[in-house]
Amino acid sequence: MTAVAVLALAVLVLPLVALVARAPWAELPELLARESVLQALVLSFVTATAATGLCLVLGVPLATLLARAADWPTVPRRLLRAAVTVPLVLPPVVGGIALLMLLGRRGLVGSVLEDWFGVTVPFTSGAVVLAQVFVSLPFLVFAVEGALRSADRRTEGAAATLGASRWQVFRHVTLPLVAPGVAAGAVLCFSRALGEFGATITFAGSLPGVTRTLPIASYLAMQSDPDEAVALALLLLAVSVAVLLGLRDRWLPGVRG
Amino acid sequence: MRRMPRLALGAGALALAVAAGLAGCAAAGAGTGTNSSPAVSAPTDAAPATITVFAAASLTDAFDELARQYEHAHPNVDVVLNSGGSAALAQQVVEGAPADVFASAAEGPMQTLVDAGLATDPAVFATNTLQLAVPAGNRAGVTGLADLARAELRIALCDESVPCGAASAKLLAQARVTASPDTLESDVRAVLTKVSLGEVDAALVYRTDVLAAGDAVEGIDVPGAASVVNRYPIAALDGAPDAAAGFVAFVTGPAGRAVLAEAGFGAP
Repeated sequence: MTAVAVLALAVLVLPLVALVARAPWAELPELLARESVLQALVLSFVTATAATGLCLVLGVPLATLLARAADWPTVPRRLLRAAVTVPLVLPPVVGGIALLMLLGRRGLVGSVLEDWFGVTVPFTSGAVVLAQVFVSLPFLVFAVEGALRSADRRTEGAAATLGASRWQVFRHVTLPLVAPGVAAGAVLCFSRALGEFGATITFAGSLPGVTRTLPIASYLAMQSDPDEAVALALLLLAVSVAVLLGLRDRWLPGVRG
Repeated sequence: MRRMPRLALGAGALALAVAAGLAGCAAAGAGTGTNSSPAVSAPTDAAPATITVFAAASLTDAFDELARQYEHAHPNVDVVLNSGGSAALAQQVVEGAPADVFASAAEGPMQTLVDAGLATDPAVFATNTLQLAVPAGNRAGVTGLADLARAELRIALCDESVPCGAASAKLLAQARVTASPDTLESDVRAVLTKVSLGEVDAALVYRTDVLAAGDAVEGIDVPGAASVVNRYPIAALDGAPDAAAGFVAFVTGPAGRAVLAEAGFGAP
């Protein structure tokens, strides 16, 4: 039992130990200062931040709907839940292909955008953000929904009987109640967006400064310059750890020590 | 013949890393090992053998056919094909991926293996040149290399870290064209897919890729392409079973020549 647990831990930790052990520490400052690395870093942060913002705007109302759906009949309730869950369990590459089929130049919507407005979505930074939103939105939705379900709904009822409008109830009662859940969801969302690879390379392509995010840069560097790939991987690891450590006590019950 | 799922390599590598870690030899220098993995090192003589062939993305279709023919002639041999960007494949082999044969789209990635002491005496077995590829119909009216500089067009090129990208850069420099690519893909087949889906207006790929894509893609010859020739080397890797050398002899022999010529590759 314990032996298996140790093995499980080894599966999780050893690869990261190896990554740190093999890192070219002496050359690290030079590697991380390369323009290609900085470009990817900036692009990754900007797109992941934009994706998180979009997820907040879109995800909180969806989470509210999902929480309310508890009273719905079984079939629509399960369909709604499945629709939100699918991107979570789907291989990201499939998401990328699906986005291409929707928004590609010959896609369902993409062909209309191209013909009517001359807009093409793939191969733009916007496409990177869309791919990130697709894979990370469920994280935010479920975190917020969980918070909504565990919040005491009677306070909302009380506010409503005191004459508050639905927006006022949401803004001044519900939102503060679920703020920790929203924050936790946003952190998970950001981390997932930052690490997004499959949907991005499939849907957005790979151009330095425009669509080549940190994970893609790291993957490509592995073909020609493994040291740079390891440096980029370390950078991503450091960011992930920093995000988790920075917020662990406040909002992420799962990692509270 | 089976296609090797790329993920299997990753999963295998993880399992090996864990096993190595448990055996007490964690991290230090791990990965720069040899290619002799017990999982695929084959039995001797005419006993059933499996050979794993790592081939450049541009060789995908030709090697599918070559593997099929070789298996037909040698029923005891199972050829497992893994195709991808030559640079990535070479790197995987250096990191210990269990390959028996490596066929590269240029001499650079093969040299990586020779330098690492994993391959000796590679033989050039085919050549290839670049062609402009446009989606069927050529809506953007692309006619030559200069169109790759048009910012309003969607352009895909290979990343310079892979052979088709290096050749593209050379060809463009020679024609004094500064391309405005919208994506730099990590292997030529990823570029080809973008063309056949119509997601890009033009791309530089090998002429063999244009042939392989059939009706979905049109090829346009460009002046100067004949002077930028990719030479494809192949080698059985050190420690590979005898069948690996047999497969290499087959590819470089008359039968292999015929299949490659059919696919549009030039003679070495």
